[in-house]
Parts: sequence; structure tokens; C-alpha cells
Amino acid sequence: MTTVKELGTYAQNTWCPGCGNFSILNSIRKVLVDLEEEGLDLNKLVLASGIGCHAKIVDYIKVNSFYSIHGRVPPPITGIKLANPDLTVIGHAGDGDAYGEGIEHLIFSAKRNIDVTFIVHNNQVYGLTTGQFTPTSPAGFKGRSTPGGSPEEPLNPIDLMLSAGATFVARGFSGKPKHLQFLMKAAVKHQGFAFIDVLQPCFTFYNTYDFYNKRVYDLTDEAHDASDRKAALVRACEWSYGEGERIPIGIFYQVRRSTYDEKLLAGRIPIYLKPGNIKSVLEKHT
Amino acid sequence: MEELSILIGGKAGDGIRQAGQTLARLLNRMGYRIFFYDDYPSLIRGGHNFSIIRASKKKILAHKEKVDLIVALNQDAVEKHRHRLNSGGVILYDSKKVEAQGVGIDFMGLVKELEGAPIMRNTAALGALAKVLNIDWPLLERVITDTIEKEVDLNLKIAHSAYNQVEKTCFSVPNLSQKMLPLVSGNEAIALGAVQAGLNMYIAYPMTPASAILHYLAEHEDDLGVVTIHPESEIGVALMALGAAYAGAKAMVGTSGGGFALMTEALSLSGQGEFPIVFVVSQRPGPSTGVPTYTMQGDLSFVIHSGHGEFAKLVLAPGDAEEAFYLTGLAMNLAWKFQIPCFVLSDKHLSESIFSFDADPDKVKPEDPLLWDGKGEYKRYLDTLNGISPLAFPGNPAAVVKATSYEHDEYGITTEESEQIARMQKKRLRKKKTMEDELARYEQVKVYGDPESKTVLLCWGSTKGACIEVAEELGLKVVQPLVLEPLPITPLREVLSDADKIIDVEVNATGQLAKHLSGHGICIDDMILRFDARPFTVDVLLEKVKEVLS
Ligand SMILES: Cc1ncc(C[n+]2csc(CCOP(=O)(O)OP(=O)(O)O)c2C)c(N)n1
Ligand code: SF4
Ligand SMILES: [Mg+2]
Repeated sequence: MTTVKELGTYAQNTWCPGCGNFSILNSIRKVLVDLEEEGLDLNKLVLASGIGCHAKIVDYIKVNSFYSIHGRVPPPITGIKLANPDLTVIGHAGDGDAYGEGIEHLIFSAKRNIDVTFIVHNNQVYGLTTGQFTPTSPAGFKGRSTPGGSPEEPLNPIDLMLSAGATFVARGFSGKPKHLQFLMKAAVKHQGFAFIDVLQPCFTFYNTYDFYNKRVYDLTDEAHDASDRKAALVRACEWSYGEGERIPIGIFYQVRRSTYDEKLLAGRIPIYLKPGNIKSVLEKHT
Repeated sequence: MEELSILIGGKAGDGIRQAGQTLARLLNRMGYRIFFYDDYPSLIRGGHNFSIIRASKKKILAHKEKVDLIVALNQDAVEKHRHRLNSGGVILYDSKKVEAQGVGIDFMGLVKELEGAPIMRNTAALGALAKVLNIDWPLLERVITDTIEKEVDLNLKIAHSAYNQVEKTCFSVPNLSQKMLPLVSGNEAIALGAVQAGLNMYIAYPMTPASAILHYLAEHEDDLGVVTIHPESEIGVALMALGAAYAGAKAMVGTSGGGFALMTEALSLSGQGEFPIVFVVSQRPGPSTGVPTYTMQGDLSFVIHSGHGEFAKLVLAPGDAEEAFYLTGLAMNLAWKFQIPCFVLSDKHLSESIFSFDADPDKVKPEDPLLWDGKGEYKRYLDTLNGISPLAFPGNPAAVVKATSYEHDEYGITTEESEQIARMQKKRLRKKKTMEDELARYEQVKVYGDPESKTVLLCWGSTKGACIEVAEELGLKVVQPLVLEPLPITPLREVLSDADKIIDVEVNATGQLAKHLSGHGICIDDMILRFDARPFTVDVLLEKVKEVLS
């Protein structure tokens, strides 16, 4: 069995001290170790990431990984899962990554219900490019590209994912690692597209620790029924990434629906497919 | 009869292409070699469509401007094409709808009388046509039975009735005792070549003129052993394919210039991450939406120079269905051998034209890429003498496979160290030399016509068919590079060394091949360019070449 330590690599960690990404990294390592104990073969696991501070996570974990480009985590993980559905695939993305540059891919992943896990490190800011506003930054956000304040309202990704058809929609907070680990584990075990928006303070460009600590509450404490889509939508709209008093975290919605890979592949495993007989196909061309 | 060209024209929705294909099939079964050209605007109903079916005793790869017979389902077909008739040519027309001289049959009346649908006028036309060509009814009966999917009996009745209404035959088209070949479009040949080289997944977003690859593979998924996917956009397409390749699946994507523009981001990722992938780019006139259903060779420079950063790629340009088959198979095998992006550069004229197909399927086989031997610790980007790092895939119990878009060390961990960066750049670019050595084993440049002639028609891709016939007529030599990047400069110099006059023939406005060659010190003397979105026909090109030579 692998230990959390053995999952580390020699890559030097370059996140700022205090960054919310550390908690996400520790949590996913812990979850992978736990899942291995429960029978997951880590050789059949693939992590992927986009580009941004969040994305460095794949350098810090000694498992198969696909370090993709900005905004483009969903397509390669879809390709990986479809090529070999025996693999367990987890994508990590930034909020600029997932909700800006590559939002169409995210919507389609949910719509199709591809069986992968998708974890957004949502710091409401572009970290790596030094502090511009993102699709989930609050209105009026003063970043380097919007010194006078962002003129846009934030997007609510929980609401978006529910509308798009995701079958597992959750929100976590890097400041609550135990809870986050519970969400991650449930997401990986979920059959279908499992989405977690993780509130991740950026210590350097948008320090939201206090803001979140004062406001987050756990959905399980309030008898939320995660199979009730209407209730999920109501909870999703309780906080829309701007001002607000209470921020729910936990599983908003979970339902089992047949997955894209199940339907598209119908039992086929592309990496093992053998070419058909083209001669008999050519006979039909005369 | 040595050869025969027939034009079938009508409006979109008249079933012109289908009638043309059925006719091509009929003549093919009689032992003729076929070239089928389809001309249609980008709309679903109305407009003017026509197909030209050229049948010949010998192999042909192009059509002619002039035709022997026009089958007119509307007046446009007469007005627009009358000038094409050879002397002794005949117009067969729908007599209540079209004014013309020749053989008039009331197709519409006949269809109505037999209670057929209006579209079945095309079947009536076929029936009459077979009689005009003096082809025995049972031959047509068989072809219709094998081709038409719905209401076969009704279609047969209509065709037979039209057949009987023609009073005299105008041509005599005998059966030839040649072996019958399959009829295959360029796109189908691309699909089959990829399958034969082990294609597992074809991923594409619809875009003319590449869409038929997707349609064909989707229709024959089970027979051909492939999975086809139609994702959200070309960006999604190309990145999905890279994910699939990372997991060990042989993937190909297909599009036209506009779609490929969206894929260039993924192209560079395949360069950095060393993901094997095949891109089919079937050109149409640009820039931008351009002329969606017509042809152009306007994206050669774009494809050769595509992608940011410096990395090796291979660009192959087939000129007919057989080359499309072989070269797509080669592209697939070499993509995996060198872990690079490989291109099959087609155009509307190759992709959608139909050819008598005489390729040997057994000449294309899936080749195993260099796989990791399982010894020691796996390094995805192991620095090797030839630049090729052994492959392992996720799921391998002994390997951790880390692929990345960042510059990286041998394990695939991000690096910004100067030495490491230079080393990895060199490693990747070394594959170009390795690839050039390998390519030297293949026929990279083809020569046709009179090899001794000092006048050369230089061409690439679908233009070759017209060039070959013109060269044969005038006793010239044709040179056609199949590999356009890396340019096979040694074999090109060899076949061009004693040329007095090199005439570059391209379907674009600026002579992109000529420009590409001049960058390697090969100078062109004359250019014949066509850029009105139509391909060169044999007779039009013949006149142009004569002008240049006079
Ligand atoms: C196509 C493209 N555009 C822009 C960039 C520059 N870029 C790198 S990271 C980034 C934003 C990252 O923000 P986010 O996704 O929120 O990740 P974070 O750094 O906050 O974790 C941008 C714009 C890029 N790498 N690629
Ligand atoms: S910039 Fe922000 S997100 Fe990036 S490492 Fe620093 S604290 Fe973390
Ligand atoms: Mg961010």
C-alpha cells in the first residue's frame, strides 16, 4: 500500500505560503491513499490539470498525469476515459481555466455525464498571471486588469452545473480539509460527471479565509436532500459568489444516470479494438 | 468507346449526386475506370447541382470540361452546360420541364403516372440514360436493386418505363473485360487507410469537405472496429484525441482550414507533450468561411507552419484515392513511431471525388510503436540518441506516466532550468532527423509522363490527375511530392536536376508550393494557378499549358 509520503515527488513546491492549494493537495493525496486501501488501483488512476497555480498539483503527486493547457482539462480527460474506461480520471482546474477559457468543455462534460471527477480550485482570481478578475470574482473586484473594479456580475458555477446536467454537484472549502476529503471520495466513487467547486483562498492576490470561515455551513447539518434537484437549485442560489451571509458547502445534488462512456462505448474498449476487415467493406463499393 | 463523360444536372434536392453515383456504379460494373466529380453549392434545396461521370478504358484521375452527354433535370442544366457538349453530344432532358434539343422524355409525367415521389425523376433519368447508352436493362436493374435503399420495386418500374420510352440509342457502350474495382471517394480512402493502420478512435466536428470521413466511419463503426465521436468544437476534438493517445488509443481528427485553425493550440501541445496524432485537413477556399463546398489548395503554407513553438511534424499530400489510403496509413504509423503530429492534407476535389480504387489493403498494417521494456524506472521523456522515448500507458503496473504541456525533465516534471530546456528541445528536434532517415525508405516524390522530358509540370495533391493527362498528351514530365514537410529536398533535386522549364500548377492564388520550394533553392519558371474555387479539368489545363509553352 502506498503512503501519503510516497505519493510525493521531487518537484519543488512553488505555491505561496498560506495558499489554499496546499490543503487541496494534502486532501487528494489522503483520499488516494484511502481509496487504494478500499481497492482502487493507483496505476489505473490519471490526474489532469490545466494551467495556473492550481495546475502544479500534478507535479506534486506521483501518479499518472496529463498536464494540459489553459482551459482544456475536460477534453483530454474525456478522451482518456473513452480510450480506456478502466481508468479512474480526476481533473483539476482553476476558475479562470474552467469557467473562462474552457467553459464550453465543462458544460459539455456535465451534459454528457462523462464518468470523471472534476475539481475546480476556485480562488476567484487568476493566480499565476498575478491577480486579474475571473468569471467568479465578485462585481467590483479590483484586479490588475480592472483597477476601477470588475464591471461583471460573477457566474454561479453550482447553478450552471445543475442546469447543464451534472449528476454530482458539490462545493468544498480548502479551509475544511476533512469535509473536502469526504467530498472528493464521494466524487471519485460517483459514476458520472462529479463536479466540486473548491473555495480556495489565494493568499497573495485574494485572501478570503476570513470571509469564508465566517460564512460556510455544511449542507448535511441542515437536512438537505441531495436527490432533490429543486432543493439543490435553491441552495445553489443562496450564495452567488458576491456578497452574502451564508455559504453552503457539501453535496448539493447527486443522482445516477447512465454515463457518456457507457452509452457511447457500449462495452467496447478502444485501446483493445482490432481493425475490422476492410476488404469486406470494400466489396460493398462495387 | 475509349471514354465517355456524362453530366447530370438539376437543383439541390433532385438527387443529382445519387443518380450520378448509380451511373458510376453501372459503368464501373461494366469494367470502366471511373472519375466522379460532384459540384454543388452550400445549400440544401434549390441552387444548381451537377455531377460529371467520366468513364474510361484506362485509369483516370480527373474529369474534363467537355462532355458527351448532358442529363438535364432542369433548364439550368442546359443553359449552364450546353457549351460543354462535344460535337455529336446529346442532351437527355425532362421534356415537360426543360426546353432543349435532343432526347426528351417526360420524366415527371412518368413518375406521376406510376405514383412515385418527385425525387424519383432521377431514377427515370437513369433508366432513359441506360437506353441512350445502349446498355442492357438487366445490368441497370441489378445496380438499382443494389443501390437504392427504399422502394426498390417502384424505382425499378420507373426506370424500366423510362428505358422503354427512349426510341433510339445514341451511343454504344460495350462491356469491357477488365476486373471490376471498388469505387471509393478520397474521404473514404482516408478512413480506410487509417483503419488499416489500426485507428481506434476518430474524433471530428462536422465541416465540409471533411465531414464524410466522420459519416463513413460512424456508419461502419462495427465493421471497421473504430469508435467515432462528435464533440463540442474542434478545440474539444483535438484535445480529446490527445487524451486518447496518452491512454494508448490511436486517434485521428479531421476538419477543414477553419476547424484546423482552432486545433493549432492542441497541435503545439502534441509537439511539446509528444502525443501521436493524425490530423486530416481537407482544404476548401478561404479565408474564413470562404466557399464551403468548393475546392482550393490554399492551406499548404498554413499547415506547414502551423503551431507555435518549434517541433517536428509530417505533412503528406495524397493526390488520389489510392494515395489517400496509403499515405493515411503511413501518417498513422509514423505518428506513433515518432510520437509526433502527422498531417494528411486533402482538399474538396480529392475528398469528395470518387475513384476506381486499386490499392492493395495488405500493404498497410498497424506497426507497433516503441514500447517501454519495463526495466528500471519509467521516464516518459527519456533522452535517447534518436529522440524517441519508449511509450508506456496509464494502467501499466510498473510505470508512472507523466505527460505535460510544460517544458519538462525526463520524468515529465516541469522544469525552467536552462540546460534541461535546451536538452529537451534538442531531443524533440532530433526526431526530425530520425524521421527524415526513415522517410528516405519511402517514395516521397512521384514522377509521371515522359521522365526524359526537360519540361516539368510540378504539382501536389488533387491537381495531379489533370497534370498527368496533360503531360501524357504533350510529352512532358510530372513531378508530384507526396511529402511536403519535411520537404524531400534530395529526391526533388534529383528529379528536377535536368529540367529546363518547371511549370508550377496549383489551385491557389499565390503558388504556395512554389514558394515553399524556393525557400529550399528550387526555382520555378512559370506558374499556372487557378483560384476560382474549381479544380483543373484536363482540357482546360491542356490549353493553359500550351499557352505557357508557346
Ligand atoms: C491560452 C492561454 N491564455 C492565457 C494563458 C495565461 N494564463 C496562465 S494561467 C492563467 C490564469 C490562471 O487562472 P486560474 O485558471 O484561475 O488558475 P489559478 O492560477 O488561479 O490557479 C492565464 C490567463 C495561457 N497559459 N494560455
Ligand atoms: S498566487 Fe495565490 S493561488 Fe497562486 S500560489 Fe500564491 S497564493 Fe496560491
Ligand atoms: Mg484562479
